[in-house]
Amino acid sequence: MDRAKRTLAPYLLVLPGGLWLLLFFAVPMVTMLSLSLQEGDIVNGFVFTGHWQNYTESLGDYRTQLIRSLVYGAITSFVLIVMAFPVAYWIAFYGGRRKATYLFLIMLPFFVSFVLRTISWRMLLTDDGVLLHPLKEAGILPGDFTVLGSPAAVIAGLVYSFLPFMVLPIYVALERIDPRVIEAARDLYAGPLTSFRKVVLPLALPGVFAGVLMTFVPASSDYVNSELLGSSETTMIGQVIQAKFLSNSDYPSASALSFTLMAVLLIGVFSYARALGTEDVMKVAAR
Amino acid sequence: MTGRGGRLLHAYTWLLIAWLILPISVMILFGFNNPNGRYNQTWQGFTLKWYKDVFALDALTSALITSLTVAVLTALIAGALGTAIGYALGRYRFTGAGGLNLLMFAAISSPELVMGSSLLSLFVTMGFPLGTASITIAHVMFSISFVAIVVRARVMTLDRSLEEAAADLGANGWTTFWKVIFPIILPAVLSGVMLAFALSIDDFVITNFTAGTTETFPLWIWGATRVGLPPQVNVMGTMIFAIGVLFAVIANVRSRSRKA
Repeated sequence: MDRAKRTLAPYLLVLPGGLWLLLFFAVPMVTMLSLSLQEGDIVNGFVFTGHWQNYTESLGDYRTQLIRSLVYGAITSFVLIVMAFPVAYWIAFYGGRRKATYLFLIMLPFFVSFVLRTISWRMLLTDDGVLLHPLKEAGILPGDFTVLGSPAAVIAGLVYSFLPFMVLPIYVALERIDPRVIEAARDLYAGPLTSFRKVVLPLALPGVFAGVLMTFVPASSDYVNSELLGSSETTMIGQVIQAKFLSNSDYPSASALSFTLMAVLLIGVFSYARALGTEDVMKVAAR
Repeated sequence: MTGRGGRLLHAYTWLLIAWLILPISVMILFGFNNPNGRYNQTWQGFTLKWYKDVFALDALTSALITSLTVAVLTALIAGALGTAIGYALGRYRFTGAGGLNLLMFAAISSPELVMGSSLLSLFVTMGFPLGTASITIAHVMFSISFVAIVVRARVMTLDRSLEEAAADLGANGWTTFWKVIFPIILPAVLSGVMLAFALSIDDFVITNFTAGTTETFPLWIWGATRVGLPPQVNVMGTMIFAIGVLFAVIANVRSRSRKA
């Protein structure tokens, strides 16, 4: 009896949560795929007709926004690597007993609602706000200088929103490095730059890889930053999908766009993993 | 290893932290502002009246109550379901564990936009009414995996001889779990529950898709941005921030004193 109970126990334990994930994560994806091939409108209802033109038509209309989103996402991830690496490096190797405190400070923005943080940025960057107004008064900036509405404002917002997601994985990778490995490189007459390039950087790569995954996906599918900090020149695909779903109730073409976005992101993530060679990544991660 | 490079990096780290904190400071500061008109954007003078009148706007207050209700329900449901998954994954080897891990990984790394829109597709197709229930279903969905991962990490470090000792003393599986195992993993369960609460009360994107006409705190803010935010929003944001930081600090201090 005990044996049967023991083999059954894990299944009984994972059943409710697993079902919840299946029903409300996996099944909806299938529903959305089906919806993306339907025709109709919100008043008369939608019917499945295998209408794949939803894909070609919506992609034809919104290709610019889709490409723009991927470009913004890529720039965001790249800027984040450059910005976050030195911080993660310093905390990992110089943080001493205060490591946890520094990481806590990096994560402080998470205690404020995402929307509220972005609105604070809009307040800071607005034309006559607390940042720009004094600089204009002092004549440092021209009177018609404006930040909001530009691609730079949107990307800066994205960088701000996802910075902790780049610092943390790089930190975790660097923290695992045995300092004696670096000492060994020095003993073998590697200069500081060479030992950084040949020892630290390759060992940090899995962290950078994880950081790119954790920032590129949310950044390129975001619509809060471009809505609050951007203009019609910076419209991202997330805004299009959100408006089609929630304002226009144009479910089939909204589903088609949403599905396309996920497919593009999945393919991007997958080929990125292939190009970087997951073998090495996994080996280092396993240590 | 220190020296000029180290000092430079140190200064840079603090610069970045200052940049991270800047918009939070603005949020806190403008909760004390005394604006003339509708726009709370320029500093006009210090006041505490918004702290006194924090619940004066009925729609905002009820949005906050909805947020808190959903967050408590999410913390309890995702806490229970996630703990069960985390315990099973950490304690047993079973077929299907790999698939479950993959499902959890997918739920963590999928774009929120896609999860929200696909849930809306499901609710619309099934004719499920949008509101507090649909928001809670969505929040439990994205929180389960986080709770499970936190609990699994703790369960994997458990000493199996504890269970054997309990069995030797005549305790059955049920008693052993509740009297021996659960008290040990309780801190991990609690941090999982707190994480689920925090994820839920903060969520915007998935809520945006699954709420219908119901408003949570972030949704109300989003809707009010065009007409200008009342300072009460800053006060509530400040209170949520302060309570969150307080809880995190307490949890950190407690785990440190346990290690010492």
